[in-house]
Amino acid sequence: MIHAEGLRKRYRSKEALAGIDLSVPAGTVCGLLGPNGAGKTTAVRILTTLLRPDSGHAEVAGLDVVRDAARLRFMFGLAGQHAAVDELLTGRRNLEMFGSLYHLPKASARRRADELLERFDLAEAANRRVKTYSGGMRRRLDVAASLIVSPPVLFMDEPTTGLDPRSRLGLWELLRDLVAEGTTLLLTTQYLDEADRLADQIVLLDQGRVAASGSPAELKRRIGGDRVQVVLRAAADVPQALDLVRRAADERQVEVVDERRVTVAVEQGAQSLIRIAGALDTAMIPVEDLSLRRPTLDEVFLHLTTS
Amino acid sequence: MALVHVPTPPTTLGERLRWTISDSLTIARRTFSRLRAQPGELAGYLVFPIVMTILFGYVFGSAITLPGGGDYRSYLMPGIFMQVMAMTAAAAATAVGEDMERGIIDRFRAQPIARGAVLIGRSVADLSMHLLSLASMVAAAMLLAGWRAHGTLGQTAAAFGLLALFGFAMIWVGTYIGLFVKSGAQADAATFGWLFPMTFLANTFVPTEGLPAWLKPVADWNPMSAVVAAARLLFGNPTSHSTAWPLQHPIAASLLWSGAIIAVFFPLAVRAYRRISR
Repeated sequence: MIHAEGLRKRYRSKEALAGIDLSVPAGTVCGLLGPNGAGKTTAVRILTTLLRPDSGHAEVAGLDVVRDAARLRFMFGLAGQHAAVDELLTGRRNLEMFGSLYHLPKASARRRADELLERFDLAEAANRRVKTYSGGMRRRLDVAASLIVSPPVLFMDEPTTGLDPRSRLGLWELLRDLVAEGTTLLLTTQYLDEADRLADQIVLLDQGRVAASGSPAELKRRIGGDRVQVVLRAAADVPQALDLVRRAADERQVEVVDERRVTVAVEQGAQSLIRIAGALDTAMIPVEDLSLRRPTLDEVFLHLTTS
Repeated sequence: MALVHVPTPPTTLGERLRWTISDSLTIARRTFSRLRAQPGELAGYLVFPIVMTILFGYVFGSAITLPGGGDYRSYLMPGIFMQVMAMTAAAAATAVGEDMERGIIDRFRAQPIARGAVLIGRSVADLSMHLLSLASMVAAAMLLAGWRAHGTLGQTAAAFGLLALFGFAMIWVGTYIGLFVKSGAQADAATFGWLFPMTFLANTFVPTEGLPAWLKPVADWNPMSAVVAAARLLFGNPTSHSTAWPLQHPIAASLLWSGAIIAVFFPLAVRAYRRISR
């Protein structure tokens, strides 16, 4: 549904995109993840016809983002970093205005506005000026405005930035529903948990390049499977514990995290955990905490990005 | 969710024109709705001219006598009318800058809106607001400063027509500037600094004849001088007698100036809108 090859974009002094490829199958969610300045927004702006690429080519819903821009604008919705709605107008008036700019007949624009207000839980606030809305309500109105023509593709640039946790969960719920109905979603985010929860595929951007891509599980696997973490009661035991843990974990590299904490990446986590526990117990080293966990996307992120 | 019947983009010239008009109207209606939501701003549009009339007509006017004779307040009024029209540039730049800042311009650009319609709709709505402001100004001039138009009805209409045309031209200057800034505040800074002094560096408040030789040509060839001179001529108000070509032929000069400004800034603004790159 979204397909890009070799997209490049250069601003005066800075290469924003240094040739990225992207492929998002219909009905799936792709999370563009990366630090500020990684090129996420530039990529979205190119895919939504707001910016021309210097080179490379991209198609959305089978239409070229440069040549077929006029037709393509009926096929996607865009919710950007700001809630791009008019604060001085009412919620309903905003949706009606955007509806008429899609050239819907007046009656359809009005009906559509009502449907969307209802669905996004804004019916009660419909006749109030947007100025009086909470952050979550504004964001919902913004998403509603991008769904006026029921587009098959939805782009969202940092949709939950600045939202409180409850509104964030609400928006995730809403996005999942849209995807369940068949919408293809591309979202950018700086929040790893957001990508982890929503995306089928994560594309990690760093300095205008794709640093890694794959499902969240695949990316986590890339930095080595599970980790066992040992927290000792006394810092003095660290040298001895290091040695024991290394042997119990098949001579793998053990990292000292802080003065009482060591971790080791292992295969077959549960077995390793038992062996490590046994070794520490036999040596009678007092342990405060012992845990087995999968790497978080944060660790993947730090591992794979240079900055 | 119910599917919506989606229209297709226009292909013929007639359809395109219809889309341009209907989109421009939608955008213009938005501008009016915004104004209704801000009665304070509307009041500003109506009160500012009255303040200017009192300030210049009575404070400065009490100390200024015209070299060629004639009532200073009658001389002054067409100058202030022009100033109101010139400041449209600042208002347009600020409004466009705010829309850029809030991402609304991006949303418009990602929608299938007719080329240029967002800017055309804005400019037409802006112009009508400023004409309202001009009307309030004229009322104040008549009531507070005893200003009168002495020409025929046709001449009077022509004078207001030239003022409106100049205002429309300045809106396009402001629109162009607004598309390059990142916020309304920046737009303000990028227009006010040159625009306000420029309205003084003309025959707006004093005849250009008395200016130093190095400054006089600048004031004589300032498009604003031509507009003011044309309005004075058509209203039958006292005017100055510079020998510079634009002030000898003020009607032709102000038509040419306004036409040239529109011919340059309209296409520039539409192009800038399509190519915004951030």
